[in-house]
Amino acid sequence: MSDHKTMTLTLIVWRQKNANDPGKFETYSAKNITEHHSFLEMLDCVNEDLILAGKEPIVFDHDCREGICGMCSQVVNGAPHGGQDRTTVCQLHMRKFKDGDTIYIEPWRARAFPIIKDLIVDRTALDTIIQAGGYTSCHTGGVPDGNAILIPKPIAEEATDAAECIGCGACVAGCPNGAAMLFTGAKVSQLALLPQGKAEAVARVKNMTKAMMECGFGNCTNHYECQAACPKGINVKFIARMNREFLKAQFA
Amino acid sequence: MILDGKCPTGPIEKSWDKHRFDLKLVNPANKRKYNIIMVGTGLAGGAAAASLGELGYNVQAFCYQDSPRRAHSIAAQGGINAAKNYPSDGDSILRLMYDTIKGGDFRAREADVWRLSQVSNNIIDQCVAQGVPFARDYAGYLDNRSFGGAQVSRTFYSRGLTGQQLLLGAYSALSRQIKAGTVQMYNRREMLDLVVVDGVARGITVRNMVTGEIESYAADAVCLATGGYVNVFYLSTNAKGCSVTANWKAAKKGAFFANPCYTQIHPTCIPQAGEYQSKLTLMSESLRNDGRIWAPKKKEDVSKLPADISDADRDYFLERKYPSYGNLAPRDISSRSAKEACDAGLGVGPGGRGVYLDFADSIKRLSEDTIRERYGNLFEMYEKITDENAYKRPMRIYPAPHYAMGGLWVDYNLMSNIPGLFVLGEANFSVHGANRLGASALMQGLSDGYFVIPYTIGGYLVTVKPGAVTTDHPEFKKSVVDVKATNNKYLSINGKKTVSEFHRELGKVMWNNVGMARSKESLNEAIKVIPQIRDEFWNNVKVTGSGTELNQQLENAGRVADFLEFGELLARDALHREESCGGHFRVEHQLPDGEAMRDDVNFSYVGAWEYKGNDKEPELHKEPLKFETIHLAVRSYK
Ligand SMILES: Cc1cc2nc3c(=O)[nH]c(=O)nc-3n(C[C@H](O)[C@H](O)[C@H](O)COP(=O)(O)OP(=O)(O)OC[C@H]3O[C@@H](n4cnc5c(N)ncnc54)[C@H](O)[C@@H]3O)c2cc1C
Ligand code: SF4
Ligand code: FES
Repeated sequence: MSDHKTMTLTLIVWRQKNANDPGKFETYSAKNITEHHSFLEMLDCVNEDLILAGKEPIVFDHDCREGICGMCSQVVNGAPHGGQDRTTVCQLHMRKFKDGDTIYIEPWRARAFPIIKDLIVDRTALDTIIQAGGYTSCHTGGVPDGNAILIPKPIAEEATDAAECIGCGACVAGCPNGAAMLFTGAKVSQLALLPQGKAEAVARVKNMTKAMMECGFGNCTNHYECQAACPKGINVKFIARMNREFLKAQFA
Repeated sequence: MILDGKCPTGPIEKSWDKHRFDLKLVNPANKRKYNIIMVGTGLAGGAAAASLGELGYNVQAFCYQDSPRRAHSIAAQGGINAAKNYPSDGDSILRLMYDTIKGGDFRAREADVWRLSQVSNNIIDQCVAQGVPFARDYAGYLDNRSFGGAQVSRTFYSRGLTGQQLLLGAYSALSRQIKAGTVQMYNRREMLDLVVVDGVARGITVRNMVTGEIESYAADAVCLATGGYVNVFYLSTNAKGCSVTANWKAAKKGAFFANPCYTQIHPTCIPQAGEYQSKLTLMSESLRNDGRIWAPKKKEDVSKLPADISDADRDYFLERKYPSYGNLAPRDISSRSAKEACDAGLGVGPGGRGVYLDFADSIKRLSEDTIRERYGNLFEMYEKITDENAYKRPMRIYPAPHYAMGGLWVDYNLMSNIPGLFVLGEANFSVHGANRLGASALMQGLSDGYFVIPYTIGGYLVTVKPGAVTTDHPEFKKSVVDVKATNNKYLSINGKKTVSEFHRELGKVMWNNVGMARSKESLNEAIKVIPQIRDEFWNNVKVTGSGTELNQQLENAGRVADFLEFGELLARDALHREESCGGHFRVEHQLPDGEAMRDDVNFSYVGAWEYKGNDKEPELHKEPLKFETIHLAVRSYK
């Protein structure tokens, strides 16, 4: 373990007091960082110094710190979540950086995600899309036995691939148009693949796409930046599936 | 006071059905006149809010994250139990109940556990109908795996993402009700007080975490589904925002806190790497299906590469000590065994805090691909944190605080001793006794949320007039004034230490003195030191910024202040319980072979504490436990 080697880094961080403040970049120094620090632990250290110096710490969203809640949301050196394969920014570790590096840190930037403060944005638009139809309308109780609905393994696996989305919004932040196609496509596909979701498939895809447009997300022009940004490796094939479902719905 | 759990009497097999029949129903046309507050929208609160909304009640739901989809239930990896007996390996509702009671070391209520086991099967059906993608076999049937403390295969799972998939199921049901207008969702709100009027729970005071505004909400019943409190140890497998705050505020308003000393230390977590560490990451217990746990036999081997230690020089200590359960021994037993090995100087990795979890044999037997298919995301997570490839070299694991069996006291209807205050999920104390078995918390959260509270809350609501108290009541005003004053106090101290420094300090005291092995001495030490840290906190903490904006330091100050009070109660409960049971291990009370020694004559009760004021000793109330279906026995996994 090379616990003794430490790094000093220069951080250039977006600071914005509230939604109305124009915001600007500020420069900070992160000292005594080891390769085992996670990226957020590195920011914790910087914040502890800021607080003790009587300055406002940098605020950022986070909770589970293990890559599953989807709360963390930072653009690091231009890439949502820092651009490592299948890695959220809370799972990014400082061993990916070198002593003396300069790191740019910004919030998600998208029309549908207004900035609340510093690195924190408002992502309720993603909830609005799910509320428009991201469910099966089953009642609590009064459902058949779990094994009454047979789902062959490959179908269950593909539905799970889609269901792994953590709703972080990196796909939107990575998209030049600020589209939410990967996020929406993943949910539409999960439910369209499963027998339980088929009954409402037509209404679902229509309502969810409509909500997506109304929330101010952009159009998809096939850049596939979303897949590159996605920390869960959600595949763009689910966008294609949603498009097919959408077309089918026009004739249904 | 002797507490009454109001459990149904008569044959256990009929108890829940009979109770449901006996409960009075709310007239469907009247349901929309009732307002229900749901604090917390994890598995328990999300399922409950959705189901209550669907029944026609008006629900106001709150969570501190920016979306209900992010509650810490999302992080559960391994699976959820049910007594379906699909594999025909001898499972039944009674066996699930037996395993849960025994796993909990005979410190839970039989009636509650029976009900949990009975509805476990409905949960699986419900989740399947929602589109939760459980693992299936090639013919399309649901697949099962095994978990600790059971000899049958009854755990349903979805890769290593079971909690995520179940929570997203509950979240989707909740989203449907939000759209339908039956549930009003308030994100980024933190409950900072319970409002009690004439002894009845009538509402809450919350802070809007974006604007800083202190808001009041009134209702005919208040439900807390706010999760567990093991962040009192600072480092734990919980999310950073998990706190005891909602529960503790209720306790300060008169709700009894039951069995706070029953905390679970999970055996398989990634060891701590350094001082700056902010949390610990769990490696699911399901890994113990295919991984073998060992430590070197000789001290001189601890710094060798694991591959260079021959099989003869490895101690597969769980297989040796518990041949019939082996690597699937319950969590408390497995954690203590790992700690013993490390305390004996046989630990591996930084600071000697680790033992190996080795997949080499399974990879040989089943292939690397099979292991990848079963646990791929866990291996990936391990590699991201440690930079080590667990397909090639064994994982290093160490126990970490993980789960709170204790919680607010509730009766069989999930109502606390304050009328109108209900408590669901990890936040209550009800079914796990002194130790929770793997894959049983998800089951409990969803049982409470989908299948218990929708019935039992009706039995209470029929006794109250809807809308009797509004936020104009002086108790609401007073609560707002109090919350503001406390927040202003944090901001005005302007001391020399950050909130996190205090939290770390408390965590160390808790881990060293109230952790895996507790003694009279260590507990008295904790009870002496915690008030000192608390005093220093109130004189020397530094919180920057103001209360009228998004302020994470202020949020955290409130949570740590509550842990600094609650930690002492936890230690007091551990001190009073002069026995070892489940996760509560008192070194003075062990059998000659080091196993926990329960004292059923003197301690077969739920210990529920009444808050009497800061710096005053809390008062203990007891609910005696009766075992009529499952006979009291020494727990053995040998
Ligand atoms: C890493 C990990 C893995 C696990 N794996 C398993 C497993 O495989 N199987 C299993 O059965 N169990 C597992 N568990 C345990 C299980 O996940 C939890 O016990 C369970 O999900 C808790 O659900 P809950 O609804 O009670 O609480 P949570 O899901 O924690 O939800 C709490 C809710 O309360 C809200 N809240 C809290 N405080 C406040 C406040 N003051 N104001 C407003 N809102 C508040 C939060 O926003 C959240 O919505 C695991 C736990 C962890 C930590
Ligand atoms: S699709 Fe990927 S990037 Fe988009 S919200 Fe889901 S997990 Fe995040
Ligand atoms: S903090 Fe939960 S995914 Fe990053």
